[in-house]
Amino acid sequence: MLFLIIKRILLGFITLFIVSIITFVGTEVLPGDACTTYLERQAFGEQLEACYRRLGLNVPAYERYVSWALNAIQGDFGYSLSGEMPIKDVLGPRIKNSLVLASAAIFIGIPIALILGIITALWRDKLPDVAISTVTIFAMTIPEFISATLLILIIAIWLEWLPGIVIVPTDVSFLELLPNIILPVVAIAMIMTAHMARMVRSSVIQVMASEYVQMAILKGVPYWKMVFKHVLPNALLPAINVVALTIAWLLGGVVVTEVVFNYPGLGRLVIESISNRDLPTVQALAIILASIYVSINLLADLLTLMLNPRLKTLQIRK
Amino acid sequence: MKLDSIYKEEKKSAFAKLSEIIITMASRPSGLIGLSILVFHIILAFISPYIAPHDFKAIDPTLMLQAPSAQYWFGTDDLGRDVFTRTILGGRTALTITFFGSLIALLWGGLLGIFCGLVGGKIDDVVMRIVDAFLSIPWILAMLLIVSLLGTSTEVLIPALGFFYGKGIVRVARAATHDVIAKDFIVSARARGHSNFSIIWNEIIPNVRDAILVEGAMRWSWMLLGFSSLSFLGFGVSPPTPDWGLMISNARGLMSFAYWAVIAPIVGLSSLIIGINLTADAFAKALGIDRSTKAPV
Repeated sequence: MLFLIIKRILLGFITLFIVSIITFVGTEVLPGDACTTYLERQAFGEQLEACYRRLGLNVPAYERYVSWALNAIQGDFGYSLSGEMPIKDVLGPRIKNSLVLASAAIFIGIPIALILGIITALWRDKLPDVAISTVTIFAMTIPEFISATLLILIIAIWLEWLPGIVIVPTDVSFLELLPNIILPVVAIAMIMTAHMARMVRSSVIQVMASEYVQMAILKGVPYWKMVFKHVLPNALLPAINVVALTIAWLLGGVVVTEVVFNYPGLGRLVIESISNRDLPTVQALAIILASIYVSINLLADLLTLMLNPRLKTLQIRK
Repeated sequence: MKLDSIYKEEKKSAFAKLSEIIITMASRPSGLIGLSILVFHIILAFISPYIAPHDFKAIDPTLMLQAPSAQYWFGTDDLGRDVFTRTILGGRTALTITFFGSLIALLWGGLLGIFCGLVGGKIDDVVMRIVDAFLSIPWILAMLLIVSLLGTSTEVLIPALGFFYGKGIVRVARAATHDVIAKDFIVSARARGHSNFSIIWNEIIPNVRDAILVEGAMRWSWMLLGFSSLSFLGFGVSPPTPDWGLMISNARGLMSFAYWAVIAPIVGLSSLIIGINLTADAFAKALGIDRSTKAPV
């Protein structure tokens, strides 16, 4: 058990290490370095030299990687190109805002997904299932920027219920942020919920078809008791990992949604820093987003390990 | 003699098999709807240049933001261009780029996955670590970085999309190969002294093909989603090319008084993505593969 946990954590770190190399090599081998892309036509002579020195680009690549990685582990990502601000100061409030957005979507999305998934599985191919499944197919396939645009058009422009575009400074307090985040949260939660509801549905259907559930039915266990005691614990456990992967995958969608709503989070920073060719910030963002992905998956793995008694005994026996 | 005829029958039926699969797919309502939408879009992509009523890039300031009328069925946009023309042309770039991108993804992802599943050991470990690492970089960041440094031409977008959406196929192909490789017929092929290449070509590929194809079909819809997100963010095809993502992002700022310019491309793009998704789902069901428990990675 302990061995397994340590192994998972180590694997996570190895993945992050490879990600850091990929982003470093990626920004290195692609044509143009940070200075030439940033300075564009003024990229010659003294200015270029000065920029190289400022960013420390005049030392060999592997040395730069080592010093960058060592600093990055301590949370210091160096300076951004355009703003001349330490990247960690830029990142701080952005991370907080994005976390608020994503966690709100997750906390709304997971319960709804569970309920919808269970309903559709128990009434499989009946009216509730057909109706809900049709809606979830629409919600999960339509890209975030479309659902977000439609939400703005209908709720903000036609009905005028909520502000359509977030116009707040980056370091705003939570209460001021609240009315602004409702629409972005709905836009993200919709697609997330639809994905998860479908997975819960098929997981529950699989367990319902298993032999021990048939056995329980034959034995005369009351239906709802069987559902809650025998079906759900077994159905939801394997869903945890898949849900984690989905959440991690939807990070990309959060980026797009933040742009549509002009939300001051990590996602908009991704677009801004890439538009400004701010490669140091891009590297930092790649590492941070990858760490979020790795830690969500790690968390899901550990949760599954803790909740699954079979895996525990398996490890002890080994 | 009898054995031979059975063998022949199985061999010739590649086309018959395909039509059988399509019939199975169309026998469910969701599959039928998906297939019809997809076929409609493909036909439209081929014929739209010939049926477009107006010039897609003809700018006319006197016709700015006209509401839908008999002459301009879906109205005009902020530069006075016909929205209907641009909408029916808007899927061509996306369909072409993502179709060839998916083919590339299928090829390299499938082959690398089969290779890893076969050789196992150290090489497999290293490759899978790297694939995992690529999987944990959000697609949008990687794509944005590539197109911002290499440009947004088709020659860049197709391989870039193909590469980034292929890494998930590696995993699926590898898992499918693992399932097959322990089976008796592989052992007996080895015992018969077949070469590695012959085993891959004749024994493994036919058995993992279905799983990889289904994965590729799913990838297609995600790639379309990714590509149009790129266009929407201004990192995809460049104007004045008619493209749904680009049209939505252009018309978005003015949608409080010209909603038609944003609704038309939204309907176009959503219907295509839903069509591909339903088709891929039906395709998976027709081949007997359940992929609803898989995460979209």
